[in-house]
Amino acid sequence: MDLLTPGLGLIFWQFVTFIAVVVILAKFAWKPILGALKDRETSIEDALSAAEKAKSEMENLKAENEKLLAEARLERDKILKEATAAGNKLKDDARDEAGKISAKMLEDAKNAINNEKKAALADIKGQVASLSIEIAEKLLRKNLEDDKAQKSLVNEFIKDLNNN
Amino acid sequence: MNKKKRFSLHKLLIISVLLTNLLSLSPVGSVYASDDTGEAFNPGEMIMHHVTDAYEWHFFDIGDTHVTLPLPVIVYSSKDGLKIFSSGNFHHGESSFEGYKLDHGHLVAEDGHQFYDFSITKNVAALFMGALLMVLIFTAVARGYKKNQGGAPKGIQSFFEPIIIYIRDEIVKPGIGPKYEKYLPYMLSLFFFIWFGNLLGLLPGAANLTGNIAITGVLAIITFIITSFSGNKNYWGHVFNPPVPAALKPILVPVEMIGVLSKPISLALRLFVAITAGHIVILSLIALAFIFHSYFVGVASTLIVTFITFIEILVATIQAYVFTLFSSMYIGAAVEEHH
Repeated sequence: MDLLTPGLGLIFWQFVTFIAVVVILAKFAWKPILGALKDRETSIEDALSAAEKAKSEMENLKAENEKLLAEARLERDKILKEATAAGNKLKDDARDEAGKISAKMLEDAKNAINNEKKAALADIKGQVASLSIEIAEKLLRKNLEDDKAQKSLVNEFIKDLNNN
Repeated sequence: MNKKKRFSLHKLLIISVLLTNLLSLSPVGSVYASDDTGEAFNPGEMIMHHVTDAYEWHFFDIGDTHVTLPLPVIVYSSKDGLKIFSSGNFHHGESSFEGYKLDHGHLVAEDGHQFYDFSITKNVAALFMGALLMVLIFTAVARGYKKNQGGAPKGIQSFFEPIIIYIRDEIVKPGIGPKYEKYLPYMLSLFFFIWFGNLLGLLPGAANLTGNIAITGVLAIITFIITSFSGNKNYWGHVFNPPVPAALKPILVPVEMIGVLSKPISLALRLFVAITAGHIVILSLIALAFIFHSYFVGVASTLIVTFITFIEILVATIQAYVFTLFSSMYIGAAVEEHH
């Protein structure tokens, strides 16, 4: 048989056999093999994307947690600040109040003392006056026992009146 | 440990190739070199005998006994009808049977009438064995996926999986483009058929299956048929109505048609030539020992043949790759959308 002239029989058998091989392998080998490979690839891809998703979710969660934490911290600072301010205000108010009360008490005490003093002075003045009148009465009674003395006194009074 | 194991594997491979080459010397040697009848050794005849098809499968000779496997001869003619008989009836071309005889390896009718020869020749037998081997191996691989669903590949499955993935991702997908999936079963069958055929052809005593123009021609024609039927408007438009000035069309249309036809021809010739040439080189080097009648030349040519055999293993793979790659690219060009 020659090298360059294809034999009819071989062409025939090659056509039949090769097509049979392609058909048989396509159905019983390539289909399940390629299907399994594809399934595996998609499952790997799915797993990878799921892992990626889980990772990003984790990151989101972490970010959210951090945000919450930061917010809580801010809130805490705010509350603390407010509490401090309120405390300070309370203290200041109390001090002011106390100052006011003590000032008022002082004022009251001063007023009371003044009043007492005035009353006491008035009382003393009254007593001094009554005492003076008594003394003056006694003195007058004694001095006006003679007419001459009475006359000179009246004159003296009249003189005073005139001067005025 | 691993390195040592790999090294011993290499050594085993080299020794086995050496042994097969020494064994392959023996049929040639017994036929031609130790022939005491005075028949001169004809290297051309010996080489052609090994690379061409035959009606019987010749393994080796012991003395004057030919150890061959007779194969069925199937002939059909309008005169005699269908006839099936063993090629053993020809007694290695020495006698005729049922009106047919072998003339220098050619089947001829004694009265010279026309007939169609569908004989199971050496190549057809090798073709059947290769096909059977492919079906057995790849159904076994497929069973692996069924049994081992979703798991890591095991055994034979793990040997072929990277090759299948390589063909899919590196040859067919880039060659054909987005519509590759439809053609993948054909391309995988094509690659493994050529690869197995090439490798089996390297075994001593085996048939030169993929180095036969009928085999490569049929593969190329199937690719051509698929390409032509897959060809879209854009592809055929470029062939029969290329976008050039009208005056150039009478020149360019024949050129484009030659281009379309030369693709399958180049596919068929490339594979046939690469494999046959490899066989001829190996056989020529072996023939040297018998031309020079020298054991020294025999040892030297065995060493060189061992080296060439390794190259042939490489060529076997490269040619399978190239055939599949070009088939993919031709189909890819035919299905490509206009852009």
